[in-house]
Amino acid sequence: MNTLIFRTVAPFLTALMIVFSIFVLLRGHNEPGGGFIGGLIAASAFAIYGIAYGVAAVRRALWFHPLSIAGAGLMLAVVSGLISAFAGVPFMTGLWIYPHLFGVEVPLATVMSFDIGVYLVVVGSITSIALALEEKDDA
Amino acid sequence: MITLFCLLLPFLAAVVASPLTRKFGHNAAWFLALAPACSFLYFASHLPEIANGEVVTGGYAWVPSLNLSFSWFIDGLSLTFALLITGIGTLIVLYAGGYMKGHPQQGRFFAFILLFMGSMLGVVVSDSFLMLFVYWELTSITSFLLIGFDHTREAARRSALQALVITGGGGLLLLAGLLFLWNISGITQLSLLIHGGDLVRESPFYLAALLLILGGCFTKSAQFPFHAWLPNAMEAPTPVSAYLHSATMVKAGVYLLLRLNPVLGQTPAWEILLPFFGGITLIVGTFLSLRQTDLKLMLAYTTMASLGLLVMLTGFDTQHAISAAVLYLVAHSLFKGALFMVAGIVDHEAGTRDVTRLGGLRSAMPITFGAALLAALSMGGLPLFFGFLAKEEIYYALAGGNLRAMLFTAVAVIGNALMFAIAFAVALKPFLGKPVKTPKHAHEGPVLLWLGPVVLAGLGLFAGLFSSTAHRFISSPMASAIEDKPVQVTMSTVPHLGMPLLLSIITVALGALVFWRLAQARVLMSRFIDALGPGPDRAFDAFIAGLVKFSSAVTRIVQPGRMDVYVTATFVLVAVTLLVPPIVYGELPALPAWPVDVMLHEWVFLAIAAIGVVAVLTASNRLTAIVALGIQGFAVAVLFLLFGAPDLSFTQFMVETLSVVILALVMTRLRLMPSDHRPVLQKLGDGAVAVACGLGFMLLLLKATQGTFNNSLTEFFNAYSKVIAHGANVVNVIIVDFRGTDTLGEIAVVMITGLAILALIRIRTGSTTLKPRDNDPDAPEGEGA
Repeated sequence: MNTLIFRTVAPFLTALMIVFSIFVLLRGHNEPGGGFIGGLIAASAFAIYGIAYGVAAVRRALWFHPLSIAGAGLMLAVVSGLISAFAGVPFMTGLWIYPHLFGVEVPLATVMSFDIGVYLVVVGSITSIALALEEKDDA
Repeated sequence: MITLFCLLLPFLAAVVASPLTRKFGHNAAWFLALAPACSFLYFASHLPEIANGEVVTGGYAWVPSLNLSFSWFIDGLSLTFALLITGIGTLIVLYAGGYMKGHPQQGRFFAFILLFMGSMLGVVVSDSFLMLFVYWELTSITSFLLIGFDHTREAARRSALQALVITGGGGLLLLAGLLFLWNISGITQLSLLIHGGDLVRESPFYLAALLLILGGCFTKSAQFPFHAWLPNAMEAPTPVSAYLHSATMVKAGVYLLLRLNPVLGQTPAWEILLPFFGGITLIVGTFLSLRQTDLKLMLAYTTMASLGLLVMLTGFDTQHAISAAVLYLVAHSLFKGALFMVAGIVDHEAGTRDVTRLGGLRSAMPITFGAALLAALSMGGLPLFFGFLAKEEIYYALAGGNLRAMLFTAVAVIGNALMFAIAFAVALKPFLGKPVKTPKHAHEGPVLLWLGPVVLAGLGLFAGLFSSTAHRFISSPMASAIEDKPVQVTMSTVPHLGMPLLLSIITVALGALVFWRLAQARVLMSRFIDALGPGPDRAFDAFIAGLVKFSSAVTRIVQPGRMDVYVTATFVLVAVTLLVPPIVYGELPALPAWPVDVMLHEWVFLAIAAIGVVAVLTASNRLTAIVALGIQGFAVAVLFLLFGAPDLSFTQFMVETLSVVILALVMTRLRLMPSDHRPVLQKLGDGAVAVACGLGFMLLLLKATQGTFNNSLTEFFNAYSKVIAHGANVVNVIIVDFRGTDTLGEIAVVMITGLAILALIRIRTGSTTLKPRDNDPDAPEGEGA
């Protein structure tokens, strides 16, 4: 797998795929996409990077342990669900705010943070499995 | 409110027991005894009003929709028990202060015994069934902790486990019985239930409810053949024996029988089962106690016998029998608590409790001897003592002209006579005669030790002397509560000529004879019992060993440890589930019409999918097969796209990609042969399973699409996705909003799967042998690692 072409292209491909995965995640509410599929794209991006440069490079680049990312995602999803409790509505009820950022109305919702949680869980879990499998036995 | 506080007081004291003991050592007992003493005084303050036939009730709603509450109900029966538990509990805490002095875990011991006290108190004042059951099981758990207190010894651990299995298992029977009562009557409160006895007795489920509740009571009160745990529980420190086996744990079963007497009693089943089991327990208990030489074991078996006597009397169900049970219960609590504590003092000060190695301690331990003598006089049922009243009332209740009465009278006389002999064997043998050299130089124990037995033994005398007061405040209200109608107990300590006195004299004479010839009787009894073969104690061991063997056999069958067996079993089951019901019920789908308007590009992708499958099957190398599987999956994803499911196809693309990557990685990890080496026969078998699964899914999908499609959900989501959830992508809105809780569960599963796979990859066969740590809490850290 260590061909020159692949090693040269891999970082750009990975970056592109991660940007794309975030794009897919955010457009998911209105167009095909969403947290789950976005997470899968990001996970395959890390897999490509890992195949090109090795597991250690991916772990360095990720900074956090992949399962910590997954755990954070699960936490975010649960918290997103719980916020509705403070508004006096049932668990997991979507709440929306419409702040104006730089003159543009940006709809934000607990639904969105929930979807980001899904994204993180998928990225974290799949990446952790893939990296653990890629690692040599001496790990 | 104060009642609640008094109920919780022992638990609160348990919390502070450890720190207090660390600070004050064994003198912490003086502080800790305040908790049960306060409860005792509070309960005692209710004596006059309870004696006038009033009751104390209170409580809080727990689950109102199920009609469950945390509520208490104190009448004569509950009050007597509460006074015994808190009163003897106070003395036991003090006694434990002296007995366990210097023990490194004395604080823990105090905490356990106070926890047990709180649980026991809860049992006797509970009004609602659920509260009763919770406290009932709490007593099983806390007694497990107490019996296994000396946890470094295997015998103690075994006894603790045995007690937990027997009494805890009985607790489950009790729960089932209480649920029966609830279903029959619709009542969840004892105070209401005791007035609705006819409803229960006439129910077709009466016998089932009775048997289940008796299962709970008989295991708790150590009735034959569930008695093995009681003598084994003597492994516990003596304060535990004195407390559990005089007034508390073992009396819980008797308490419940007495409590439910108005509900379940007055039926043939009740009047046959209880006297029968009680009578057997009485005889077996006294016989077994006769062969013992250990002071504690002698007392333990007489406790079992006394419980048998109480159950027998409860089952007799006449007014006098109930009065006799009441009197004997109170008398027994007092003298048995005292005698156990005496046995503990002798053991503590002389270093042994083997009656054949003790003697002549009276000059060294005069106070203990006095207490022992008073208690034994009460246990033997001699005039002036409370035990005498109990025995007179017993004979008064049992004696009669018919065969049944004569039989049970004979049982009671034999039992009482043997208990008389044991009582004096415990109270006289260690103290009289020539001084024998004991392991420790014997002298009188400190005040903490002798206070308890002196008070209890003295009470046995005072209650006998002032019997009318005792009857007014204790016996009569208690008997009235059991009978659910006003009852006056009038038995006085002055002997009256008549049948009961005659039987008493026979009992004493017989008892004295056995006492005189105790050594011979012991040998005789040992031979007799040995000839009978192993008892329920061995049966328990055999049962536990059999259970372990059975479960490991089942585990070996269900989990042989071969992955291919698991996978094959799973898929065979899937195929069976998919194929058998449609065939059996004739629900196979109709053959679909051949599609006419399939476009050329659709044909192309179908062909690619087919080629992928063929490639998987014919690939000579595993890696090629995995990639070919990916090709097939991509072709299917494109078909999804063509049929208007972009989200699905999108996800399918990614899943296929990652599957190929991960499968390839797994392949490199497993270091398998690059090609497949299964024998042809196995390949055919596996192939058949695969085809069956595929066929099953195809039939299921065909059937599903041939039915009329209910599109109300589609319409709902299309109509409301934008309006309610502000999202145009219906699929995603369903995932994150309408069915968000489902998704939460799913991502939790994804996360846990990730963790599990990581753990699996980290385990290398051979490199780490998992060794279970010894769960000894006192072992130094890191020892078992």
